[in-house]
Amino acid sequence: MPDFLFQWLNQNEIFTATTIVHYWDGLVTTVQLVFLSLLLGLLMAVPLAIMRTAKPVWVSGPVWLYTYLFRGTPLLIQLYIIYYGIAQIEGIQQTFWWTIFKEPFYPALLAFTLNTAAYTTEIIRGAIVATPYGEIEAAKAYGMSWALRMRRIVLPSAARRAVQAYSNEVIFMLHASAIASVVTIVDLTGAARNIYSRFYAPFDAFIAVAVLYMILTFILVYTFRKLEQHLLRHQRPIGS
Amino acid sequence: MLDLKGYGPSLMEGALVTIELALLSLVLAVSLGLLGASAKLSSNRILHGIATTYTTVIRGVPDLVMMLLFYYGGQVLVNNLSDYLYEAYDIDWFFQFDPFISGVLTIGLIFGAYMTETFRGAFLAVPIGQIEAAKAYGFTRWHTFRRVMFPQMLRHALPGIGNNWQVLLKTTALVSIIGLTDMVRVAEEASKAERAPFMFFIPVAFVYLALTAGSEGFIRWLDKRANVGVVQGD
Repeated sequence: MPDFLFQWLNQNEIFTATTIVHYWDGLVTTVQLVFLSLLLGLLMAVPLAIMRTAKPVWVSGPVWLYTYLFRGTPLLIQLYIIYYGIAQIEGIQQTFWWTIFKEPFYPALLAFTLNTAAYTTEIIRGAIVATPYGEIEAAKAYGMSWALRMRRIVLPSAARRAVQAYSNEVIFMLHASAIASVVTIVDLTGAARNIYSRFYAPFDAFIAVAVLYMILTFILVYTFRKLEQHLLRHQRPIGS
Repeated sequence: MLDLKGYGPSLMEGALVTIELALLSLVLAVSLGLLGASAKLSSNRILHGIATTYTTVIRGVPDLVMMLLFYYGGQVLVNNLSDYLYEAYDIDWFFQFDPFISGVLTIGLIFGAYMTETFRGAFLAVPIGQIEAAKAYGFTRWHTFRRVMFPQMLRHALPGIGNNWQVLLKTTALVSIIGLTDMVRVAEEASKAERAPFMFFIPVAFVYLALTAGSEGFIRWLDKRANVGVVQGD
């Protein structure tokens, strides 16, 4: 360890081993929560987006209503409804679900997943709708069935168009996950709030956590830029 | 039909607080956005640097963390300043940093960064020939801004402003966390007291839906007005 860092860590009262471990646990919780909700949300969003583009209203209508409700209300309200609401369901406390949902982590995961799935559905829908018609015609001319066309032509080409908007959604989700601290989860923000109330040092506690979030954000931005370059490499000008 | 157990009036008051908070934050955000966009487009490197740092930092930090920092940190700063003023100049001055002010400041500052990007793009979309023409007519810089740049920029900025406003409206819910009695806070307290979360949170969710749907219509109307005289292909 560099000498100045060593001295600084020795001299200050706040960033001791205990608090650094506390921040680290918070970081792990935040990453788990964000990663799991994004993964589950994406898995939900692909079929929902296909349904959303379907012609019959009884297929696309419910999906529209779902995305409209979840995108039109604050995530905090959705979290409160799920967190406080689950405990109120008749008889749930006697089933095995209660062992899962009495931990605040799982209601928060459910709320975040449903929220990000709604936004992601709309992103993917936009990308599917924007598929050049010639590509679909060409696939039809080759005699591809609907499922094959979806799998080989429409979805891969939609993925390329969606990746930029999706990267924004991922960063939005990382930042939105800070509200998990409201339902007693000790994520990064929760750790900062604990450390603030222990030392009454708002600047140290919150600026440290702000810097951590910024580092996470920049890692995500960098990763997505690389992914985008990889996915769009066929569109690069010749010679670059 | 809708039984709110007597919490109806305080929910209404909370809704008004939410709207007030959102509108004030919007005013601050638009002002900061215009300033930020001007700074980003200016040839002054210091101004450009400040604006770029501002937008980068804001977009890297969660809104809730920023709000907690402002609310708790702002009070510590005020306390220190108050102590200093009392000891050095014998001035007895104190200021209580309340959640409403911190909320407006934080949300305004956050969305100011997003507005900066919106306005920057919109200013760049105004054809350079328009500005040259204004110069040729002997317009001052202020006149060029007010008569030529601003009205034409607005047309390009409106969709972005609309999106930012929709997100801003939903972000106001966070101010309940630092203790502002907006409708989310009222609903939370009521649902704890009555042990009926659905009864209070679902109406609040619908108020948010009504607000976002209403502003969507209003933005569409504004957009139509701003685009009068623009021939649009279909």
